Amino acid sequence: MAEEYWRWTESRWTNPDIDWKKGDIITGGVDVGSVSSQAVVFVDGELYCYGNTRTGSNSPDSAHKAMGLAMEDTGMSLTDLQYTVGTGYGRVNVPFGTRAITEIACHARGANFMYGPTVKTVLDMGGQDCKAIHCDPRGKVTNFLMNDKCAAGTGRGMEVFADLLQVPITQIGELSLQVEKEPPPVSSTCVVFAKSEASSLLREGWPKEKVIAAYCSAMAHRVVTLLERIGVEEDFAITGGIAKNVGVVGRIEKELGITALKPKIDTQIAGAVGAALFGDALVKKERKKG
Amino acid sequence: MIANYGYKDGSGDYFIAIDTDRCDGCGACVPMCPSSVFMVMDEDPNDPMREEPVAVVADDQRKKIKYACAQCKPGGDRPPLPCVAACPVDAITHSW
Amino acid sequence: MYTAGIDVGAKTVKIVVTQDGKIVDRQIVSAGQDAQAAIEQAWQSLDTPIADIGLIVATGSGRKSTKRANGYVTEVAAASKGAIKTDPEIRTVVDVGAEEGRAIRIDQNGKVVDFAINEKCAAGAGAFTEAMARALEVDLPTLAAMSLKSTGNVAMNAQCAVFAESELVTLVHSNTPKEDMAKAIHDAISDRIVSMVRRVGMAEKVMLIGGVALNDGFVASLANDLETSVIVPQDPQLVSAYGAAILGEEGNYAESLSETME
Repeated sequence: MAEEYWRWTESRWTNPDIDWKKGDIITGGVDVGSVSSQAVVFVDGELYCYGNTRTGSNSPDSAHKAMGLAMEDTGMSLTDLQYTVGTGYGRVNVPFGTRAITEIACHARGANFMYGPTVKTVLDMGGQDCKAIHCDPRGKVTNFLMNDKCAAGTGRGMEVFADLLQVPITQIGELSLQVEKEPPPVSSTCVVFAKSEASSLLREGWPKEKVIAAYCSAMAHRVVTLLERIGVEEDFAITGGIAKNVGVVGRIEKELGITALKPKIDTQIAGAVGAALFGDALVKKERKKG
Repeated sequence: MIANYGYKDGSGDYFIAIDTDRCDGCGACVPMCPSSVFMVMDEDPNDPMREEPVAVVADDQRKKIKYACAQCKPGGDRPPLPCVAACPVDAITHSW
Repeated sequence: MYTAGIDVGAKTVKIVVTQDGKIVDRQIVSAGQDAQAAIEQAWQSLDTPIADIGLIVATGSGRKSTKRANGYVTEVAAASKGAIKTDPEIRTVVDVGAEEGRAIRIDQNGKVVDFAINEKCAAGAGAFTEAMARALEVDLPTLAAMSLKSTGNVAMNAQCAVFAESELVTLVHSNTPKEDMAKAIHDAISDRIVSMVRRVGMAEKVMLIGGVALNDGFVASLANDLETSVIVPQDPQLVSAYGAAILGEEGNYAESLSETME
């Protein structure tokens, strides 16, 4: 690929109000997904810093890279972490992790932190998976469903379209909203077939925004049917990379007739946040015993 | 917790749901499945705070569940599913 | 007077012209972007003049695009009839095309006993192997040949054509031999087709038809998985069109399209 339309910007953030050296419990959470990896550090139950990078071909390296990015310019190093929890597709490959916990549990915990105890339904649209989770006010999972078999409804599916239409993935959502009239959704759920369908539509003269609107519409519908399998109870929150795609999010909200809670923190770090919080809880548990 | 294992693809929805509040990890389902879809784990991967063992759908079966279950789900008349029948607490349901 | 069966598939248009049960003419044309144009081209390329064809029966996912059809039959019916006419000992028909896969069990008269269809998912059809060949930057015959040379045993985890592509990239990064990757690809799709066969119950003999039957790597994986030899007829892609023509000769077709929609 000459130009990389799928490429979104890697990012990091440090909380300016926290001096980690004065912290009591310092834990790390690392979420290594098949497309992106995130690492966060929590200090006494507060988010201290995070890093978000693209996963490379090697999971352990990706974990290091993500945590390295998170800790950049903070003066912190891996030895300062008292407990680190790994999660995601590559969770068993976090070399500096103390233990691994599944993405389902971590996402519920993470969403609970990011959106508050009123969140009952979490939709996570990741790079190669799509999860629907019900959680209680403490962020404990009461019902879940994960689809990581099929690219439809995942970031990879959207990347395929970004490449096809030669539009940077960060702009795709906005572009899809530029249609005057909402076109019918593409008829194929399967990304491979939807891509051929989109190619014919382009050949028929459909402008890019119309094609992308048709695809976002199909993706939103597909995700909604997945959600409806376990039901949607408010408050409803969306995490993951596609949560940043206004074209998909808007259409999901429209079809559900429910508005999702507005994110204040990068939606891609939910898994890592949950992981770090589990770490915090486990440190407290160990201290009580010992 | 209701744990739904499986997937949705272009051809349909295929999920096996295990009600972990009912499941006590007895393992009766494990040998009944001709495709070895189930296994019992001492720690519930989706509920780190759970103390009891629990049945899960094996990770390598999860994404091919439609194919794994095919032999128990012929096109014509379908006898009761061996896994569902084996569970003493009715913790298992199939979505298709 | 001749009878013709036309099979409008996702990738190719096939026509078989018969007279008293025997094939007298045939044609395969790439469907390209315009199905109608491809169908016309196929008719014009036949040696047989259209005027001499008394009855035209259409099948295939694009059968609604044929303007000249007098009747329609389902792919399952066409494949079953085509298979049993080609070899009366066939009892299981496996039809794998560009976008769909089918497993059909038939009785000694070619009547359908049970069938299973894998549709709307690229992982269960030719689109899968095509996407994989593209990802490895080789053509399909090369991919097939490579897989037959494999001595290793690599398995694909991904069950989706899009994810499989990413998995291939990871395998390439870990220096997996190309032959082993090629075999893994064919084993993966064969796995899915075989469980469809198990759903309808396999009975000897087994015939494989459809475009993907031209892929030797796939045939080898399939035969291995089924633990039996798989019969691939000459021109496996034409069998359904042949079946449609025979059903036409027998008068076994629907006159309206809606009657054949599954």
